[in-house]
Amino acid sequence: MNNFFRKLYYGDIPEEKTGAGSQQVPKVSPTGGDSEGASDWPLWEIFIRSKQGLDHKHVGSLHAADAQMAIENARDVYTRRMEGVSIWVVESKHIHASNPDDAENFYEPAEDKVYRHPTFYDLPDEVKHM
Amino acid sequence: MNREKLINQSTDALINYTLHLADDALILGHRNSEWCGHGPVLEQDIAITNISLDLIGQARNFYQYVARQINDFQKTESSQAPSLLERGFGGEVTEDTLAYLRDNREFKNCLLVEQPNGDWAKTILRQFLFSAYQFYLYQELQDSKDEQLAAIAEKSLKEVTYHLRWGSEWVIRLGDGTDESHQRMLKAIEELWMYTGELFTATAYESQAVAEGSGVDVRLLKAPWEEKIEEIFSEATLPYPPLSGGGKGEAVFQQTGGKEGKHTEHLGYILAELQFMQRTYPGSEW
Repeated sequence: MNNFFRKLYYGDIPEEKTGAGSQQVPKVSPTGGDSEGASDWPLWEIFIRSKQGLDHKHVGSLHAADAQMAIENARDVYTRRMEGVSIWVVESKHIHASNPDDAENFYEPAEDKVYRHPTFYDLPDEVKHM
Repeated sequence: MNREKLINQSTDALINYTLHLADDALILGHRNSEWCGHGPVLEQDIAITNISLDLIGQARNFYQYVARQINDFQKTESSQAPSLLERGFGGEVTEDTLAYLRDNREFKNCLLVEQPNGDWAKTILRQFLFSAYQFYLYQELQDSKDEQLAAIAEKSLKEVTYHLRWGSEWVIRLGDGTDESHQRMLKAIEELWMYTGELFTATAYESQAVAEGSGVDVRLLKAPWEEKIEEIFSEATLPYPPLSGGGKGEAVFQQTGGKEGKHTEHLGYILAELQFMQRTYPGSEW
């Protein structure tokens, strides 16, 4: 096997393309070629529910070719230290976010409306745990 | 044949059988670990490293069991000492002794697991072929009369079930992917198929372990294994059964010998890297 003596035998990935010491994003496909890159794989947002938790919490994101692979990647990347018992994945492009520029008119009007908190009721002594 | 010799043989078989299971896991685990930091994408780098850690964990369980058996015999100073001791490790045997201080010819892993990583397709195929075998092997080993082996099999089966799923998905993904990935899978099959027959060829120690109810008859695993490979290959649009001469020839000649210590050239290089530290600085710890 001549490739045993070649430096590339780990995965056919030329070193200048593995990203070390270079600013540019390596475009490497799973088969080792460099035409179609992993950067073509869509980004997915990962939500994990822990054993005690009731809700899925956002834990991060990763790249995957489809939902199936995203779940498996999430299993490998985000649950290796027993973090969870259930995984949700959502392609990042399907998440719509509020614009930080809207913060002023979105959130500040609520600041002087303390009466929206239900703290103005007299609670009978018998009612506990409120 | 006297009774003592019979006991000796039986112990030998169990030790060799367990070592064989351990070596398979260790060597494939080491091969996969060579991908660490070199995976095609970050997520798969972590995936293959996880599998590597699973396999090395299984190897540790098996080695610890072998070490215990050997040490028990050493304590009794019985003349029935297993033949493995004749080579003399000196002092108490541990899992590390077995992994780091045995030579090429003493390793009983099959040829498939020591094959070089090649490209991603070859690594994937090697993992898939072996995980499918390990899946059916551990399923049967759970019913072993030997409680320790049964327990290790039960624990490891959960890991292997995931390895098989992961490997199957990738074989399908690459086989039924682009022209390039399909070609690479075909090349991987051509390079690896000749090492699959050995998985189902029983050695003397395997047969002895089967006779005593502790081992699994690997010949019986062949049918379900072939069925699984055919199912995944057909979904991956890959030819089954793979034939020589790029699919036009006859059945591929099957190489054997690894399980009896006759390895391909590659194992020596693996051991050189794996054992270097312990050989150079005996007993070093960190």
